[in-house]
Amino acid sequence: MERRAIFPNKKLPYLLVAPQMAITLVFFFWPAGQAVRQSLYQEDPFGLSVTFAGLANFHRIFADPNYLYSLQVTFIFAIGVTVMTMIPALLLAALIDRVVKGKLVYQTLLIWPYALAPAVAGILWLFMFNPGMGTLAMLIRSTGYNWDPSLNGTQAMLLVMVSAAWKQVSYNFLFFLAGMQAIPKSFIEAAAIDGAGPMRRFWTIIMPLISPTTFFLLVVNMVYAFFDTFGLIHAVTAGGPGKDTETLVLKVYNDGYVNLNMGGSSAQSVVLMVIVISLTIFQFKYVERRVHYS
Amino acid sequence: MAQVELRNVRKTYPGSAAEVIKGVDVSVGDGEFLVLLGPSGCGKSTLLRMVAGLESISSGDAVIDGKTVNQLEPKDRNIAMVFQNYALYPHMSVFDNMAYGLKVAGLPKAEIAQRVGEAAEMLELTPYLERKPRALSGGQRQRVAMGRAIVRKPAAFLFDEPLSNLDAKLRTSMRMQIKQLQRRLGVTSLYVTHDQVEAMTLADRIMILNQGVVEQIGTPMEVYSQPASLFVAAFIGAPGMNFMDGTVSGGGHAVTLKTGEVLSLGSGAVASAQDGREVTLGIRPEHFALTPEGDGAHLTLTADYIEQLGADTLVHGKFGTGMLVVRVAGERSVAEGDKLALTATPEHLHLFDRESGRRIG
Repeated sequence: MERRAIFPNKKLPYLLVAPQMAITLVFFFWPAGQAVRQSLYQEDPFGLSVTFAGLANFHRIFADPNYLYSLQVTFIFAIGVTVMTMIPALLLAALIDRVVKGKLVYQTLLIWPYALAPAVAGILWLFMFNPGMGTLAMLIRSTGYNWDPSLNGTQAMLLVMVSAAWKQVSYNFLFFLAGMQAIPKSFIEAAAIDGAGPMRRFWTIIMPLISPTTFFLLVVNMVYAFFDTFGLIHAVTAGGPGKDTETLVLKVYNDGYVNLNMGGSSAQSVVLMVIVISLTIFQFKYVERRVHYS
Repeated sequence: MAQVELRNVRKTYPGSAAEVIKGVDVSVGDGEFLVLLGPSGCGKSTLLRMVAGLESISSGDAVIDGKTVNQLEPKDRNIAMVFQNYALYPHMSVFDNMAYGLKVAGLPKAEIAQRVGEAAEMLELTPYLERKPRALSGGQRQRVAMGRAIVRKPAAFLFDEPLSNLDAKLRTSMRMQIKQLQRRLGVTSLYVTHDQVEAMTLADRIMILNQGVVEQIGTPMEVYSQPASLFVAAFIGAPGMNFMDGTVSGGGHAVTLKTGEVLSLGSGAVASAQDGREVTLGIRPEHFALTPEGDGAHLTLTADYIEQLGADTLVHGKFGTGMLVVRVAGERSVAEGDKLALTATPEHLHLFDRESGRRIG
């Protein structure tokens, strides 16, 4: 019994989406096209000569162990960030219902981290966990644990993951909260009368009913981890130590803008694009099947 | 199967001084069907939710099967509830919806399948067991909600306006089904509604609530023929009872209306000491009779608006400064402006105290 609004004006809808389309075309499709074109050419560092190279750039990056390592780093990072984002966000959203006093204060404070620019968030965490002067780093070191993310790759990875997740928890929290609030109270009450305790209700009623939200956030978080964390990682570790936190976007930047290998960098960004597109398609095709839209 | 008892149950919401439920006492017998009737906001749903354990009880006791349940979680009260919007889990099939409570209770699979199967059979839901609620019609959803309550074999059923989302025709047939089912299962039931027809047809006894106060508890016929207060008198019956102001006269044997007419109370006479007491006289539209003009004491009604319902005719008309509604059996050709002479049988007159609104005879 879905009702559709029918607009008699045929041009107006196009006019209304035009600004968004223009932005997408100029800032997404055009550069994406450029990248695809550039990935087929080889250029000298000074941009003086350009020669067509076919798929040579692609052959080269896939033969490069550094690239394959970066690929591995990126997947670990993306999965880690997604998990570290969604679980706390879900927990916070589920628990806020039980907060009696100052609910609004909690909600507001929980949203603040999202307002920070990625690089600023990165700097913040860098300071807190800097082994030389970081407050929290001191705390960790006082337990006798040798905390130094600038030397230990695993620790560095953990640091960037946590800071990237921390920033994104707000956003996830908001969506989970909205999703949970959209569930009619009578479902929960019916389940309570049916004998289900809070945990059981959460897993058998709430989780399935917010699955569209969860699915949406899964896609958004993966894309966030792949692309939007550049500023943060760049500020915190710049990909180091060694190449232990050099995700694909960082490598695209390093190879292209630092090492001036334009063709190789473009090929990498094309691969990155393909990965994200196929991940999204995969998620829509397989994960969405388990989603219940009401 | 059990008794449900409320003892001086009260409800105040935290942070508010006003009492929503102001001391309700009622005992629902084993297998009895009690309907909680009242206008919206009278507290009937709140009361039901307090029995269910979805709302806390501020003071007083709720007792199910001899056990005070005030502090128990809903799941430990051994009740089942049917919600107004059915509250069917949208992501589960009809089978899973009905089986949910049993699965939670940890019953063996075979028994779950058997119980759900029986309930589905009873409710004619067998062909729909694999469907999701959204693929069902309103009436089918309603039956699934019933099924979910039945399979648990609870001590009591609680119904919260279960039929108000259905169209009129379906409502009538579902009403019958609910009644038959309740008879068959013999489960004590509390049923909340604002629809007096539902209350009259379903109830063994009706409890009429007004602003958190019980106005009357009685069988449908008691409530209809002996309303305890003006509120009950006005609430039960459609079209509603006619009210006229008057004074007790003739040594308690008659009422003199403000308009001058004197109506005999017949066997319904009150004590002679009541003479001069200000009362409100109530007469149901169906308890008037037409008489030939000039034949004894009567009221004269000027017809103003006529509704032909087929089976009977409703005449709305002016009487004194107010309006009266008269129900006349069958078709009757009455034109606007016609003067009708009416008598009312003394045994069908209701007297209420003008101040308190309570019944006096």
